[in-house]
Amino acid sequence: MLSLDRVTKVYKVGTFGGKDMVAVRDVSFDINPGEVVSLIGESGSGKTTVGKMILKLIDISGGSISLDGLDVASIHGAGVKRYYRHVQGVFQDPFSSYNPIFKADRVLSLIRSEYFADMARSEWNAKVEAALRAVTLDPDQVLNKFPHQLSGGQLQRLLVARALLLELKILVADEIISMLDASTRIDVLNMLAELKSRGMGILFITHDLSLGNYISEKTVILRRGVVVEMGATDKVFANPTHPYTRMLVSSVPQLHKKWVQIEAELPAPIAGRGGCLFHEMYPLAGRTPEPAADEPTLAKIEEDHFVGCFDLPSEKASLVA
Amino acid sequence: MSLQVTDLRVYYRTLAGDVKALDGATFSIADKEIMGLAGESGCGKSTLGNSLIRLDGRMKYIGGSVNLDGAELPIWDNAGMNEFRFRDVSVIPQYAMSAMNPTRKIGKMTEELLESRGESYRQIRPELLRRVDLVGLDRDVLKRYPIELSGGMKQRMVMVISTLLDPSLLIADEVTSALDVSTQRAVAETLVSFRDRGFVKSMMVITHDISILYQTADTILIMYAGKLAEKAATKTIIDGCRHPYTKLLISSLPEVGIRYANKKLKGIPGSPPSLLKPPTGCRFRDRCPLAFDKCVEEPPFVEIATDHSVACWKVTGTDA
Amino acid sequence: MTAASGATTKPGPAVDDTAKDATPTAKRARGEFLFFALRSKKFLISAVILVVLACVAVFGPIIDSTDPVGCSTGVSGACPPMVHPTLDPGNWFGTTFFGDDVFAQFANGLRASFFVGFLGGGLGAVIGMAVGFVAGYRGGWIDEILNMVTNVFLVIPTLAVLLVITSYLQARGVMFEAVFIGATSWPWAARAIRAQTFSLRSRDFIDLAKLSGRSGWKVIAFEIAPNMSSYLFLTYILLFGGAILIAASLDFIGLGPTGGMSLGLMMFESVTFGAALQLGIWWWFIPPGIGIIATVGALYVMNVGLDEIFNPKLREI
Repeated sequence: MLSLDRVTKVYKVGTFGGKDMVAVRDVSFDINPGEVVSLIGESGSGKTTVGKMILKLIDISGGSISLDGLDVASIHGAGVKRYYRHVQGVFQDPFSSYNPIFKADRVLSLIRSEYFADMARSEWNAKVEAALRAVTLDPDQVLNKFPHQLSGGQLQRLLVARALLLELKILVADEIISMLDASTRIDVLNMLAELKSRGMGILFITHDLSLGNYISEKTVILRRGVVVEMGATDKVFANPTHPYTRMLVSSVPQLHKKWVQIEAELPAPIAGRGGCLFHEMYPLAGRTPEPAADEPTLAKIEEDHFVGCFDLPSEKASLVA
Repeated sequence: MSLQVTDLRVYYRTLAGDVKALDGATFSIADKEIMGLAGESGCGKSTLGNSLIRLDGRMKYIGGSVNLDGAELPIWDNAGMNEFRFRDVSVIPQYAMSAMNPTRKIGKMTEELLESRGESYRQIRPELLRRVDLVGLDRDVLKRYPIELSGGMKQRMVMVISTLLDPSLLIADEVTSALDVSTQRAVAETLVSFRDRGFVKSMMVITHDISILYQTADTILIMYAGKLAEKAATKTIIDGCRHPYTKLLISSLPEVGIRYANKKLKGIPGSPPSLLKPPTGCRFRDRCPLAFDKCVEEPPFVEIATDHSVACWKVTGTDA
Repeated sequence: MTAASGATTKPGPAVDDTAKDATPTAKRARGEFLFFALRSKKFLISAVILVVLACVAVFGPIIDSTDPVGCSTGVSGACPPMVHPTLDPGNWFGTTFFGDDVFAQFANGLRASFFVGFLGGGLGAVIGMAVGFVAGYRGGWIDEILNMVTNVFLVIPTLAVLLVITSYLQARGVMFEAVFIGATSWPWAARAIRAQTFSLRSRDFIDLAKLSGRSGWKVIAFEIAPNMSSYLFLTYILLFGGAILIAASLDFIGLGPTGGMSLGLMMFESVTFGAALQLGIWWWFIPPGIGIIATVGALYVMNVGLDEIFNPKLREI
């Protein structure tokens, strides 16, 4: 299980790093084996930063990430390589994920040279074939080709196959189908969903609510680096509570419902003091949104459904703008 | 009838030969109609959009005609088209963010653009300000540089500028695809309001996202591999389409409410053919579950019901 | 362009023939390189020119052991000056104003110029790459320090430094010249490589290589550098040619090697002492001129050819 506990990322910006820019603040959630968690956010929400922190491509500034109890930030040197045996990522742009001057299957041979250098070739070939079959790729069609000779869908599957060569526990899939065509993206999505049965935990990062809704058990909605609402996917979508979630749900274009109709069908907004019913439940309501280390950042409104306060002065101002 | 395109063919020149990106398109857009043009990448939808406004160096006009409000557009003649661009046909390019000169203030740039078309900025300025208000921008934007605007603001500003002379046809090429969901809705709704207010007579909205078209367009034209597959009213395309490609495409789209656990969607196996040497006959043949002998001949794009045209032998009948 | 079209329209003989057998990737890659290299006219022509010039530089002085400056320095006694080139053996290039054999000068000069180019250009390229790669890849404070060093080297008045050093050194060899040129000509290369590395560093395949457990230097050597290989080669070529040209200008102001011969020195002497232009001794200044142009030009054409060989996309269309 991968756990994020109040993960924070602060960038130093300006001359001599004099200013702080908070990219991600107090993000906490778990990814269990055999579970897809969708991390939904718009551009600038920090969703990619969260993914890269899990992949140890970016250092975390606060909080902790742990894999089966092991603190990820404390892993150094040879341990990093061991960590990557269990945690892998696939990124948005299939064409930029491949070194354009090498053949596409080099992503597989890199894994071999770093992790399975002693394995016999025949054994390795069988392993590669099994991984390719698992992502419904035909080895003859994808091996020995340059990246530009393959389609985006094939390239993304090949990257998932690459991850499957290892003893994968967590896969970070960052917008992996947003650049694919409609007719092929659903197949990649289905394939990802099938990997759950192998006991893998998947973090599905996306800006598209309908994709997250389709595939995930758990949904985390991120806005400007802060979780505004999270919980079981069906609960979040059936009862979107935070104004931002409601705005997202009512703005996503759908195929059989016009926007006005979606808006009309949303459950009525929950009125309460200061516009937020859960106001009383927040220890930090009414003051600057800097929760102390032991204060919760989200309120539980039902089983498996948590919402961030939107009655904070800063939240109110930004929701209007 | 606002726009009438007849058997338009535009190829791309490459060293390996001509890419038949648009291979015979015949359709029309009525006055007040917002037509959505959808298809996968490389299906020729952007080629079709671009060819109505400007053929770039690699595009080669092969044949066909384009008629706008009774006048023939000389689309093969770059200089001849100048007279029509901006005034009769206008475009919101795919990357509106980079369409604006970064070293000019927006107002200044608009002034130069208008004057290059022989229009007086002073006369048009009140209308410009009115429309800036209308799309919800501050009038100050005219005194600002493009870099100071957010993506959605730039997109709306470009929309105002490109429709300033009330063109008869506006081509919007993937205007919403780079935007966040929230701004996407605002921009899409602004497009519709431009038509409703008569700033543009008719509109062609090019996108890969059919659900955006469901929200905005009156009719949808589906393209596949350089050919037209189906055109009908939006509702018909979504709920009663006939072409097997359209059907498979629509049924592969996930929506809020559809979950993998309950309803597993399917994609279309295979990939579109190379347009360098496209197969004869129906180009969807290889991926089509309904394909039969007749499909080696090219299916005509025929009207099967009022305002509903399809190119498929299974739908039109083999004796059509 | 769809995947299908790429795969079906260009079978690429070398690619498919070797696809089935289980040869190691490196060997296969080399085979492909050779296949496409031999098909590239640009590469072949420039390679032939460079090999011929290198042969002249290496073997010329061995075959024709005439002292290139024997007559002008008086060592060889009286020589017939300004002999036109003729078809007689041993006199194809004629002699200079002082009677020295132009071929002997040319061959020795070419050798010195190649040496300065190889060593000076090579040293400059090595320092430039090391600084550029590390600064661009690591970023942060390492980048800032290396950037500062680069800028300091960029503004050092090379000539003044050389004058100072010269006043302390009695004899200067070609070696000294080459090392000096190498040690002062790297900053712009470092800056360019840093910028390129910076833009490549953010590409997803770099992250993916890290996720494959690759260490930092392996990422630089096997992911970033191959992507810029033709650019690195161009850098080396420019440094190579630049070193030859800097050497020629140093020779011109008397800061070149004491003793010996170079193409730059040849041109300088032909114009200054021999008044070759006015007297019409074209055979004195044309060979070194052609030598420099042919060397640098061939290297440049080779770079363009190599770009096509390295880059499979350029190769296909």
